Amino acid sequence: MTTPQETVERALALSRADGCVVIAEESSGTNLRWAGNTLTTNGVTRSRRLTVIAIKNKAEGVSTGVTSRTGVTEDQVEDLVRAAERAAADNAPAEDATSLIEAAEAGPSGRWEEPPAETSIGVFEGFAPSLGEAFAAADANARLLYGFAEHTMNTTFLGTSAGLRLRSDQPTGKVELNAKSGDRSRSAWTGVGTRDFRDVDVTALAGDLARRLEWGRRRIDLPAGRYETLLPPSAVADLMVYLYWSAGARDAHDGRTVFSRPGGGTKVGESLTGTPVRLYSDPAAPGLECTPFGVAHASSRDSSVFDNGVALRPVDWISEGRLSALLQTRHSSRLTGLPFTPGVDNLLMEVPGSTATLDEMIAGTRRGLLLTCLWYIREVDPQSLLLTGLTRDGVYLVEDGEVVGEVNNFRFNESPVGVLSRIAEAGATRRTLAREWSDYFTRTAMPPLRIADFNMSTVSKAS
Amino acid sequence: MREIDSDFTALPLRALADAALSRARELGAEHVDFRLERIRHQTLRLSDGNLETAIDADSTGFAVRVILAGTWGFASGIDLTTDAAARVAEQAVEVAKVAAAINRERIELAAEPAHGDRVWISSYEVDPFDVAVRDKTALLGDWSARLLGDDRVAHVDASLLQVKENKFYADTAGTVTTQQRVRLHPVLTAVGIRDGAFDTMRTLAPPAGRGYEYLTGAAWDWDDELARIPELLAEKLTAPSVEAGTYDLVVDPSNLWLTIHESIGHATELDRALGYEAAYAGTSFATPDKLGSLQYGSKVMNITGDRTAEHGLATIGYDDEGVETQAWDIVRDGLFVGYQLDRRIARLTGAERSNGCAFADSPSSMPLQRMANVSLRPAPQGPSTEELISGVDRGLYVVGDKSWSIDMQRYNFQFTGQRFYKIENGRLAGQVRDAAYQATTTDFWNSMEAVGGPQTYVLGGAFNCGKGQPGQVAPVSHGTPSALFRGVNILNAVKEAGK
Repeated sequence: MTTPQETVERALALSRADGCVVIAEESSGTNLRWAGNTLTTNGVTRSRRLTVIAIKNKAEGVSTGVTSRTGVTEDQVEDLVRAAERAAADNAPAEDATSLIEAAEAGPSGRWEEPPAETSIGVFEGFAPSLGEAFAAADANARLLYGFAEHTMNTTFLGTSAGLRLRSDQPTGKVELNAKSGDRSRSAWTGVGTRDFRDVDVTALAGDLARRLEWGRRRIDLPAGRYETLLPPSAVADLMVYLYWSAGARDAHDGRTVFSRPGGGTKVGESLTGTPVRLYSDPAAPGLECTPFGVAHASSRDSSVFDNGVALRPVDWISEGRLSALLQTRHSSRLTGLPFTPGVDNLLMEVPGSTATLDEMIAGTRRGLLLTCLWYIREVDPQSLLLTGLTRDGVYLVEDGEVVGEVNNFRFNESPVGVLSRIAEAGATRRTLAREWSDYFTRTAMPPLRIADFNMSTVSKAS
Repeated sequence: MREIDSDFTALPLRALADAALSRARELGAEHVDFRLERIRHQTLRLSDGNLETAIDADSTGFAVRVILAGTWGFASGIDLTTDAAARVAEQAVEVAKVAAAINRERIELAAEPAHGDRVWISSYEVDPFDVAVRDKTALLGDWSARLLGDDRVAHVDASLLQVKENKFYADTAGTVTTQQRVRLHPVLTAVGIRDGAFDTMRTLAPPAGRGYEYLTGAAWDWDDELARIPELLAEKLTAPSVEAGTYDLVVDPSNLWLTIHESIGHATELDRALGYEAAYAGTSFATPDKLGSLQYGSKVMNITGDRTAEHGLATIGYDDEGVETQAWDIVRDGLFVGYQLDRRIARLTGAERSNGCAFADSPSSMPLQRMANVSLRPAPQGPSTEELISGVDRGLYVVGDKSWSIDMQRYNFQFTGQRFYKIENGRLAGQVRDAAYQATTTDFWNSMEAVGGPQTYVLGGAFNCGKGQPGQVAPVSHGTPSALFRGVNILNAVKEAGK
């Protein structure tokens, strides 16, 4: 059978275009899902995708054509290449057209010659028995466990007519565990990201949930209003990931986002908060390592096929509380006159000097709410980046340093930019899993935050 | 008469199915189904008339699902050979064996008649994949230019999403189906900037299970809508900010479809109500003990589920478990009377038959219970939208969907819109900005005083309804007339942001 590397070489050799980018991806995945202390669905999947980007120089400009298919056999590669070339010939000029990335600007090449990495159901070898034990323990204590575990391995081979041959293996894993009381009136959630499941301690996760369910034995009804609120790292991750996704330079330059400067330009350089927040990405961040070069199957507002293969470097999006960079393509970089800072598939936040754990922050709270996570987050107003969403799986009232009971859920209306400006205290950064966005973004490290006057807009009856 | 694409039927569909079904049966599976799919996507996006994104992405592959000793096993593959099909069947059996250790609930399926060999094709005239990309981008470019030609429009985003699904299904009961359906979603968004503020106005044309004829005049008047957008946008940018409080609402179908989707569609999925989505999408307040007794809404509320409506995005002949699709009541005269079901959930609750709601979004996805077209029936002799508005002294008329959010048991929701018009003494009195309506599901539907007539009915919908883990997206339509609601909570988004 043809290897992905051979497929890349063959597609490049077949190309008659003025430029060509070929992306061959091998993916494998495995998952377990459970509800009410029993398995519900499971599976193993495998996929192979080949994407060909043809570049055509024409009198009116440079055009691109992109064709992408799964399960391409050796005798179908030429079909795909020709289809991309026909599309390039047919398409109008690409606004982001520029030269392809050269070796000097490219990311690390990786172990090009080696076979693709893969995962299998065996990755759960240690995890599945522990989960079974957790089910038994939950049964014995009249609790119900729900959740999902998934591991995927994506190997990307990127070749270009400019001579790049880059390879990346990206393992991605996560576990979400939800515990409910037997009558389903109380609920608690936790989640972790992992590269290989060897660091997942199901017993510890289930133990943390059992503690939270105990907190919920006393029920306290509170009205809507603005509350001092402790956001755990997962909730901070959901807010900051949305902020990150909203930080496109092109849209900001066009006057369409919270990062647009009224009258023109962007807010890069402006202070967002008096707290010395650092929000950054680093493809080499320990435990959160991600593909160290740019991969774009198609151009969009924040990505360009011409940037394929570019080295991804650490970048501070917010530094010392100031907006310091926006998501860029080389094209948007030219438009905005700002440095080329392409997106990276991880996000970290830290506040220098902050060392408190969430438990220590609880102990230091006179009266406030402690959240578990956020859910169904959607943008209400892009002008302020106002988001709405729900609290979920545990809102607790803290009084005089102790959790005194569980509070009803709320619908919140808050902007992550506004939240940054009202940080009253930050804790130590730790790896976390965003509840809402972990289908798309699992590699995050965030601190817990104490936010003044968090807007709990209305009460939700959901429990 | 249209036929299934010959390059799909030329694939070794039956040979692979035979290899997979027979191998899994040899290994002891009591139920096996095989599904081979080819899904074609084409995405075109223009920014200010310039081509920004053009990508053709096809996915082809197959899946084998087994029940072995009462446990699911699922595996998927991409090599279209009989050897590979047999291997994937073995993998599915292996997965079932591994999973058996933590499975405590025997999997059984509700009975479904064997349908033999069936073919089904959706209702469309022109296959969008037969139309040259340059013609499509030229049309989007022309539409963009019309908007950009108006000084009040600063930027225009135009996009066209197109999908063609081919599904082949075979199971050990003897059902073999070959199906093809097409859908597309054209959208144009105009951006206006004035005095440091910006806002957008988007076309209301819903995604539809139609062909390219949808863009050339069938069922939607593009010229009229595009001509109105600059003025609508300019009015919105200078409109006064809404005063928060309680208002009567007349909700246009272009907005109400999404409220139906979130507060009825998802709430009446029985797998959710039973807790199978508890850790992710959530559960539902509409639990089985309330079936037949919960007054979901007012007497004028009649909700149907169906996978049969012409041009519906969830419409298909047979679902991904070989169940012939149907139409049924979910709410009758305001009373909660029905759920959406797949075969496993139907069996679990003693229902005689699934109503055909199993769907997998790709060849590598395991079928889940997914949403049918869930629709609000119009009143046969019901009023026009203008007549509904005329019955309101102080209220808002809501047009077009925008932001949406609902809690994990489908109680508390909050929606915005493309535009909110003030209603004063039965007449529209200009747009207001920054409005969002928020309610609890049953309060909202019980406050529905009147529904419009068939002349107000529109089939709205979405391409991207999310559910399940691993996450899957499903297309779904919701038909609705305009409707009048009394006493709904309106928030001001600027004040909510603390400004």
